[in-house]
Amino acid sequence: MKSDIILSGVGGQGILSIAAVIGQAAVSAGLHMKQSEVHGMSQRGGDVQSHLRISDKEVFSDLVPHGAADMILSVEPMESLRYLPWLSKQGWIITNSQPFINIPNYPDQKAVIAEIEKQPKHIIINADELAKAAGNSRGMNMVMAGAASLFVDIPQEKMEGAIQFLFGRKGEEIVKSNIAAFRAGREFAQKKRG
Amino acid sequence: MAKNVMMLMGDEAIAQGAIDAGVSGFYAYPGTPSTEIMEYAQHSKDAAVLNIHRQWSANEKTAMESALGMSYCGKRAMVSMKHVGLNVAADPFVNSGVTGANGGIIVVAADDPSMHSSQNEQDSRILAQFALLPIFEPANQQEAYDMAFAGYELSEKYKTPVMLRITTRLAHSRAGVEMKPRLKQNAMKLPENKRQFVLLPGIARKQYKTLVANQAKFMEEAEKSPFNRYIDGADKSRGIIACGIAYNYLMENYPNGCPHPVLKLCQYPAPKKLIEKLVKETKEVLVLEDGQPMLEESLRGLLDRDVKVKGRITGELPRDGELNPLFVRRALGMADICGAPAPAIVAPRPPAFCVGCGHIDAYNAIKQVVTTGYEDGHVFADIGCYTLAALPPFEVVNSCVDMGASITMAKGAADAGLFPACAVIGDSTFCHSGMTGLLDCVIENSNVVIFILDNSATAMTGGQDSHALGRLEAICKGLGVDEKHIRIVNPLKKNHDEMVQVIKEEIEYKGVSVIIPTRECIQTLGKKNKKGGE
Ligand SMILES: Cc1ncc(C[n+]2csc(CCOP(=O)(O)OP(=O)(O)O)c2C)c(N)n1
Repeated sequence: MKSDIILSGVGGQGILSIAAVIGQAAVSAGLHMKQSEVHGMSQRGGDVQSHLRISDKEVFSDLVPHGAADMILSVEPMESLRYLPWLSKQGWIITNSQPFINIPNYPDQKAVIAEIEKQPKHIIINADELAKAAGNSRGMNMVMAGAASLFVDIPQEKMEGAIQFLFGRKGEEIVKSNIAAFRAGREFAQKKRG
Repeated sequence: MAKNVMMLMGDEAIAQGAIDAGVSGFYAYPGTPSTEIMEYAQHSKDAAVLNIHRQWSANEKTAMESALGMSYCGKRAMVSMKHVGLNVAADPFVNSGVTGANGGIIVVAADDPSMHSSQNEQDSRILAQFALLPIFEPANQQEAYDMAFAGYELSEKYKTPVMLRITTRLAHSRAGVEMKPRLKQNAMKLPENKRQFVLLPGIARKQYKTLVANQAKFMEEAEKSPFNRYIDGADKSRGIIACGIAYNYLMENYPNGCPHPVLKLCQYPAPKKLIEKLVKETKEVLVLEDGQPMLEESLRGLLDRDVKVKGRITGELPRDGELNPLFVRRALGMADICGAPAPAIVAPRPPAFCVGCGHIDAYNAIKQVVTTGYEDGHVFADIGCYTLAALPPFEVVNSCVDMGASITMAKGAADAGLFPACAVIGDSTFCHSGMTGLLDCVIENSNVVIFILDNSATAMTGGQDSHALGRLEAICKGLGVDEKHIRIVNPLKKNHDEMVQVIKEEIEYKGVSVIIPTRECIQTLGKKNKKGGE
């Protein structure tokens, strides 16, 4: 089994919480894992990415090689397109539909969505709305983690166990509402994938 | 997985390694990608229980010197910094090679090839080579941890500081790391030779001879180091030397094992016998190193005769920038694998000021004054969040060179006759390297206006405490700036006109003015509020 994921978004959007959930689940499933992050200048509102590599064999490179990613998981639509050179031919783009506009030349939103729809395998989610509907208005990241989880060969219980592990010290309420958001994302992806 | 495994970033693995190897003090100044070493130590419960020193220093030089003092007492010290920080610490670093160590010292230099968050991509291995010191360069998180143990052992065996060199990718990437049993800290033990640390010429000459003589021993250690491995391969048309994390990019491209002989090189000085063996047995040698072509250059030699060494110099790999699996793949002569290009509509998204940042209000006022009425107004800036005013929409700063250079460049420009000559520097940068430059200005009463943007934090690197906290005004007064020309303002939109007025007055004053816009970084403020609310 191997799963190479590029997580993308804008500095401050918190993509690392998604990486933490999937990564923790991988570790608890006894898999090898490497996860590289961007720290520093770009965290001030620039484009950021994290490479998450999971495998049942030893993982060498901390970076996902070009053309090898099984998934681009993006919390922002334009950012999902930035990393296409890393996506494998069979890879999925799973992205939030809600733009984060902090630059004056942000492209036409419809054109961005049209570009994503050109990709053979894609799921576009209004994760902000799904999170709200699940009673967790700050759970956009967990919705995305849930959607992604469907494509990573790790049992759902392990994923939810990771949420418990990571958020447990913040209280049961937070864990519950994060799991609700996670499930909402997973269900949505299931319907879309068919 | 085995019991005692933690998921750690390279930086964290180094800190945990040092804690487990009996370190008594961490010393550092923040700088990407090295910052998380100290931060990890600060958050570590183990380090707290063990009473390990773990506070920020004013700059890398003071950090290096404090580490040397800890070593003087026979205890183990770790000093960490980003690559350019080693320039600041170069004086004590190079001289520490001559004094040697008493307790073990590991100097961690975190390099940033591709300049993700830096002004250059210098390779710290070259500075260690210059100082004649051994270098460890981990290929992965486990080695980063293990090298703290090996580093202190070597350091104390030969009474020499050692360098641990990493690059951004390892610093900020997580993987499982298996812990070792913890060693006790060293007891206090002062140097046996009372003159060891006295570098008067007569003594230094002797010590230097010892350092030179040690080079052969350092080489022997590298020849037999478990971190340096010769892995034979049947296909001798090429041999490969893979330094540090470059080894991972190589193996990534050979999922079933590399067919060529490989020398995995993670401890220096470069082991001559192992390299000779590779050169003898193969037709050509490809050198993979994440940084400057240090090893490649030394293998080629000045005259380039009969060389069959390939790498960054010969163009198999790009001459600059970080390595990655694709670049290594090309150097190995394999066809590219690549996804589709990013569509043209994807716009660049450079970093920017946070919404509500006080620097925005300060720059709005500065820009209005220097661009209206003063044709030649130039603003020398420095390094920190406030450097972002070089980008649109501000585009108001004209320099960013090294920490502290804003004040002294403004002074030099004022000496040359530029008017107005303004400097913008952050509070942390001012304490790092700005104070001495301000003293230069005071001595000559240079006609400069210096803005010290006080956001009570070292913001760019993640909001660490700043040494300036509550002390800026007193420091400026103490250095001799006229009290009437130290002006504190509150950078808020509603105070714009007041700030403009103050700036105009101080530009018109012929002498040293310091204007201190004071408002806390909204990131650190937000974090504090969140903590208070929880
Ligand atoms: C010699 C050196 N050390 C460390 C750094 C890393 N660095 C860049 S900006 C910065 C923080 C500056 O803080 P401050 O001056 O207070 O400005 P702020 O970011 O808070 O606006 C640091 C530590 C560097 N570039 N050079």
